[in-house]
Amino acid sequence: MSFLEIQALARRYGSATVFEQVNFAMEKGEFVCIIGHSGCGKTTILNILAGLDRASEGVVVMDNREVAGPSLDRGVVFQGHALMPWLSVLGNIAFAVRSRWAQWNRIQVQTHCQKFIDLVGLTGAEHKKPAELSGGMKQRVGIARAFAIQPKMLLLDEPFGALDALTRGTIQDELVRICAATRQTVFMITHDVDEAILLADRILLMSNGPNACIAEIVENTLAKPRDRHNVHHDPQYYRIRNHLVDFLVNRSKLYQTGELRRPAQPPHVRPGLHDAASAKIVNLRH
Amino acid sequence: MKAQSLTAALLSVAFLCLFLGIWHLATLPKGEAQAAVDEYAKLLGKGAKKSDGFPTLQQLGEAAWTQLRDPLYDRGANDKGIGIQLGHSLARVGAGYALAILFAVPLGFLIGMSPLLHRALNPFVQVLKPISPLAWMPLALYTIKDSSVSGVFVIFICSVWPMLINTAFGVASVRRDWLNVARTLEVPPLRKAFAVILPAAAPTILTGMRISIGIAWLVIVAAEMLVGGTGIGYFVWNEWNNLNLTNVIFAILVIGVVGMLLDFLIGRLQRAVTYVE
Repeated sequence: MSFLEIQALARRYGSATVFEQVNFAMEKGEFVCIIGHSGCGKTTILNILAGLDRASEGVVVMDNREVAGPSLDRGVVFQGHALMPWLSVLGNIAFAVRSRWAQWNRIQVQTHCQKFIDLVGLTGAEHKKPAELSGGMKQRVGIARAFAIQPKMLLLDEPFGALDALTRGTIQDELVRICAATRQTVFMITHDVDEAILLADRILLMSNGPNACIAEIVENTLAKPRDRHNVHHDPQYYRIRNHLVDFLVNRSKLYQTGELRRPAQPPHVRPGLHDAASAKIVNLRH
Repeated sequence: MKAQSLTAALLSVAFLCLFLGIWHLATLPKGEAQAAVDEYAKLLGKGAKKSDGFPTLQQLGEAAWTQLRDPLYDRGANDKGIGIQLGHSLARVGAGYALAILFAVPLGFLIGMSPLLHRALNPFVQVLKPISPLAWMPLALYTIKDSSVSGVFVIFICSVWPMLINTAFGVASVRRDWLNVARTLEVPPLRKAFAVILPAAAPTILTGMRISIGIAWLVIVAAEMLVGGTGIGYFVWNEWNNLNLTNVIFAILVIGVVGMLLDFLIGRLQRAVTYVE
């Protein structure tokens, strides 16, 4: 059994189905990105994994235990960073650390927090309030807070959506570095195709909602470690990128009209290795 | 910015001088008119003994000096220093206000957390809120049978509504994100209430408390006029009965200054808990 198993997950509001028949699994230490248009239920899936929302059908099993509510085993980095504005950088991270290790004394908490503040490169800003930080710095605090509780799995809801390209790049590099160092299991939502190729081991492609599903699972065959500055020189890069963009632009809507069949188990494709993958998908049409 | 605040201060002083100047001119001893009034009084057989009329600035200054020089004297029920009277009023406001905090903040918390409770209690709040606090006085006097405690009750009842409504609103509008952070961190309910909801709602709660202290200070004067005995409100009424307008004006000034100080105090507290998002 995999580290994380998601079986026949569905979310319905009354008679409206956001998504259904969502099946996938993740191994420990894997970085998975999920891509899809707005309204396909990406955030809902993430919230169900976090335990903040409930599935209408199906189960999520992590580490052989069913996910039935929020847990310190899963750290969440929220889209809007969700820092508490009355607490300093240190205070925000310490709040999480104290939740995890209630028995720790002040010094232990402080040393632990400092380690993660240094890790995300916020040394010197410990006592600043969120309002005094730039968007990128706030998001780093959010990441440090999630990492500091050392969860078994990290859930990132479009963490860099609101950042400018330059800041986004720096933080992506940091995330790559931290994840490599900690062998963290990560599930991340993104709208950014390049971000997904840089970070993810596998990319889940979701068809358009309502009645969305996971249409394909793209394996990222680019060698690791991947460097933001050179990765696009690899011939595989554009094959993967084109495959993803083609999906988002052309194929993602065909599952609703019935031109493409919803797969019970989404096919694994490796567009980086050969061009046959797209041909294979075309064959799925009636 | 600094230049503007200086100009504003100068302008304030100018307005004050203008006001005092008009006062001074208006209360100058009037020759003929006063004589006519005196004559009229004579005709009515009241003799030439003229009443003080509206006090001059000098009279007010003298009265203020006498009161402030010895604010704590106590010469029987109807002759106490302004300090003692203020003390009584502040004690009543303090007690009623403190009780209101103890009642309104926890209840407001519950109402804010539970939409069900909010809907169930809202009609009561809406009906009770617009009742003039003084309307409760007869009921309070009848049930409590103590005029001083009745005053405390009236302060309680008038301070409770703004605090209750603001606390409930503040608690209900705590950002979902922060609550979700607490949930994912498995923060126990009590810690969540004190470490997340309370600081998040504190600025709104303090806004309610600031409105309440203003209302309480307005109401205490009227309440003390009604029940008598002690307090700044009673002092005003007593001096009116003594036809001592000078002391009435002095008391009005004192009420204004103390009210401002109370508001300033809560304002400082409010600033201390306010955060920038």
